[in-house]
Amino acid sequence: MITDIQIFDTALQIQSAINWIMSPESGGIDVFIGTVRNATKGKKVIRLEFEAYEPMALAEMKKIAQVAFDKWPVQKVLVHHRTGVLEVGEVPVIIAVSAAHRAAAFDACRYIIDTLKQTVPIWKKEIFEDGEVWVAAHP
Amino acid sequence: MKIKILAFGIAKDIFGSTSVNLEMANDATVYNLKYLLEQEYPRLKQLASYMVAVNNEYALPGDNLHERDEIAIIPPVSGG
Repeated sequence: MITDIQIFDTALQIQSAINWIMSPESGGIDVFIGTVRNATKGKKVIRLEFEAYEPMALAEMKKIAQVAFDKWPVQKVLVHHRTGVLEVGEVPVIIAVSAAHRAAAFDACRYIIDTLKQTVPIWKKEIFEDGEVWVAAHP
Repeated sequence: MKIKILAFGIAKDIFGSTSVNLEMANDATVYNLKYLLEQEYPRLKQLASYMVAVNNEYALPGDNLHERDEIAIIPPVSGG
């Protein structure tokens, strides 16, 4: 299992993530880049703030990567997540997966981002012009 | 025993602090902890859900707590 799983408090580097995931054995590279959107339900978002429970977040991300390797024939997995204050257009998360063939790369990449959003202890606060809210906190 | 509970996200706002200390029985469980916290911080009950993590793992209600455990309140996550 070859992984690069990290949490950064500085800007994520898309090109170096892609350079790391590429290899001669990999016929398919799938890269998911999450970016900060300028609105939620029609309301203008000024910025986002991300907070992580770092040791547990890293442990949970490693578990997700392990499951991806168990379920699909993938070669490398990269998960980079950002914390701190992010402006619209900035990148909170990069998931990159390499495999010999594209199907495994697509499936594993989708599984990793979907599961990350359910189980990894990272929280996002949306800052609007007239207030702020912790995403998903209330029903 | 005296335990320390870490708070993140909205739990930090509810506690008004990044951690709180509680005095609990030596055989206390996660269930006991949630009950006690909800008495003291009723806003916890308004959350969509919340989990307790013990030593960086999600814990079950029946799991026992120990004085040196790293205990954290995990409100609904929203990464990515």
